[in-house]
Amino acid sequence: MDLYEHQARELFEAHGIVVPRAGITDSPERAREIARALGGRAVVKAQVRTGGRGRAGGVRVAADPPAAEEAARHILGMDIKGHTVGTVMLAEPCDVEREFYVSYVLDRAAGRFVAVASAEGGTEIEQVAAERPEAVARIPVDPAAGVNTATAVRIADAAGLPPQTVDTLVRLWQVLVREDALLVEVNPLARTADGRIVALDGKVTLDGNARFRHPGRGDAHATGSDPLEVRAAAKGLNYVRLDGEVGVVGNGAGLVMSTLDAVAGRGARPANFLDIGGGASARVMADGLAVVLSDPGVKSVLVNIFGGITACDAVADGIVRALDEVRLTKPLVVRLDGNNAARGRALLDARAHPLVEQATTMDGAAHRAARLATAASTAA
Amino acid sequence: MAIYLTKESKILVQGMTGAEGMKHTRRMLAAGTRVVGGVNPRKAGRTVDFDERAVPVFGSVREGVEHTGADTTVVFVPPAHAKDAVVEAVDAGTALAVVITEGIPVHDSVALTAYAAARGTRVVGPNCPGLISPGRSNAGIIPPDITRPGRIGLVSKSGTLTYQLMHELRDIGFSTCVGIGGDPVVGTSHIDCLAAFQDDPDTELIVLIGEIGGDAEERAAAYIRDHVTKPVVGYVAGFTAPEGRTMGHAGAIVSGSSGTARAKKEALQAAGVRVGDTPTETARHVVAVLGGTAPDGAAR
Repeated sequence: MDLYEHQARELFEAHGIVVPRAGITDSPERAREIARALGGRAVVKAQVRTGGRGRAGGVRVAADPPAAEEAARHILGMDIKGHTVGTVMLAEPCDVEREFYVSYVLDRAAGRFVAVASAEGGTEIEQVAAERPEAVARIPVDPAAGVNTATAVRIADAAGLPPQTVDTLVRLWQVLVREDALLVEVNPLARTADGRIVALDGKVTLDGNARFRHPGRGDAHATGSDPLEVRAAAKGLNYVRLDGEVGVVGNGAGLVMSTLDAVAGRGARPANFLDIGGGASARVMADGLAVVLSDPGVKSVLVNIFGGITACDAVADGIVRALDEVRLTKPLVVRLDGNNAARGRALLDARAHPLVEQATTMDGAAHRAARLATAASTAA
Repeated sequence: MAIYLTKESKILVQGMTGAEGMKHTRRMLAAGTRVVGGVNPRKAGRTVDFDERAVPVFGSVREGVEHTGADTTVVFVPPAHAKDAVVEAVDAGTALAVVITEGIPVHDSVALTAYAAARGTRVVGPNCPGLISPGRSNAGIIPPDITRPGRIGLVSKSGTLTYQLMHELRDIGFSTCVGIGGDPVVGTSHIDCLAAFQDDPDTELIVLIGEIGGDAEERAAAYIRDHVTKPVVGYVAGFTAPEGRTMGHAGAIVSGSSGTARAKKEALQAAGVRVGDTPTETARHVVAVLGGTAPDGAAR
């Protein structure tokens, strides 16, 4: 779960990291009032969960409240890399003397977090690392010890950061651990003309698995606003909407990804990812199918199940239930194999729905579903 | 022989008395696995009957190890307590901890894998189906009846893709299949398994299944190029996955230009690995190398 900048700013502030005074709004008129409260001048920043915001014109410096209103009017509704700007943050401008970069990121290969720091902040760290790798320090953090003052001094020294940043490095580690984040990044971390160390912009990614330790967090940070994704999430389904015409339902993340690829390999585009999981019940299958079928882009549906833990007869039962609950208007190709496959196939044969057909192999099923979708698109 | 798990492996099940633990302990026993005990501090001293077999429940892993000589544990404990369960198993001196639990916070996975590695316990998982040496032992939830003992070693991030390949290649059979798990941080890597299969006299060919996210497959490719002389056949899932979306597994995400299926496939091919575009084509590559009967999926 990636947070918006203003959410990251709040977390930083809660852990004692110095941030500029700021306010957020979705209205230009309100932006004028916030700027006035900040003392007149304000930096107006689009709140989007993607990089490259500055280059896209999503950040403007306003000299007075009317200019802040004008800037907000310009930025709100803007499209930045496919993200529509719904909120702007107005922040008090700082008199910046130097800019640094600091983050803690997960090193998957090493299985631990790494401090990444550079005295050259403000630009994208990937660019600095590519052009001048010696300017970026990477220090692995011992998970048992964490980052205390001594470790923070080591990080600051390695990156050439001034000693005043040590406190921020320790507090940023506390944000990472106490908030169960997978990434915390401050860029730039600025030293102001009056000698303060201020986090001017930040990025935080939270670990969805740790939600049980943060009951207050709720859905405020949930990503995805697609109505079908919201509906699927409410049913507890693992669903990602894509932009194709073959709906896909399968069990197990790997097998579903593989099924999407098989559909694409047959010249059609998958409409979604839906993993009904191991040991799925008839209810989950019926709910999943209902969500996939309600996508207007879907022309055919492919159900690909290899029953390891999952029993194919339960899946077939779920399909039969869905047929009773939803009026099927699109062809459904079903491949059942593994645990109780014969019983599952017999259940579907007995239901004998004219739009449901069975395939014996995964590749054969993908081929058939792709052809049915293409035929429907051509006919339409 | 096989890797990590043999007919002699003595297994404790942490969380055996829960619904999942009960279901899978029964399956493990039916497959001939030496399950010597369960662990649950609230049910210590009881026994649980699985068909004709009575399995004792111990109050701690240490107690179970002392009474049975167990060297392996399979963990079904819920996410909030999984880290403590693994730490307990490590402190009790088990050599192998197979963590089935899905949904463990990454900070806990970092802590538990570091703790185990420093003390010489191998962790498989978390968020994995476990491992099976068909006909010998089954530690986890991989269905034991798909295939039989044979010459293929398999390592995979994905459970159901493992089952699919086991099914397609059931006539050739497997030495050991290891599901390493789909989380960003796991205790056993593709490389660990490649090294073990390379040294295993029962394994003639290695199947490596990967998916989007991270660079484990790229690193495995470099390892294969430098260290593996046995034939390796690969498969990578997730060519159609959009950037920035998690595809089911917590670790399955393409970030910017990194972690793509294409990059992984190309790295494996550059290391001399035959890579299939579908599971069935992957199975066909295996048959082409080893000979034997074509699996029915591949024949069509």
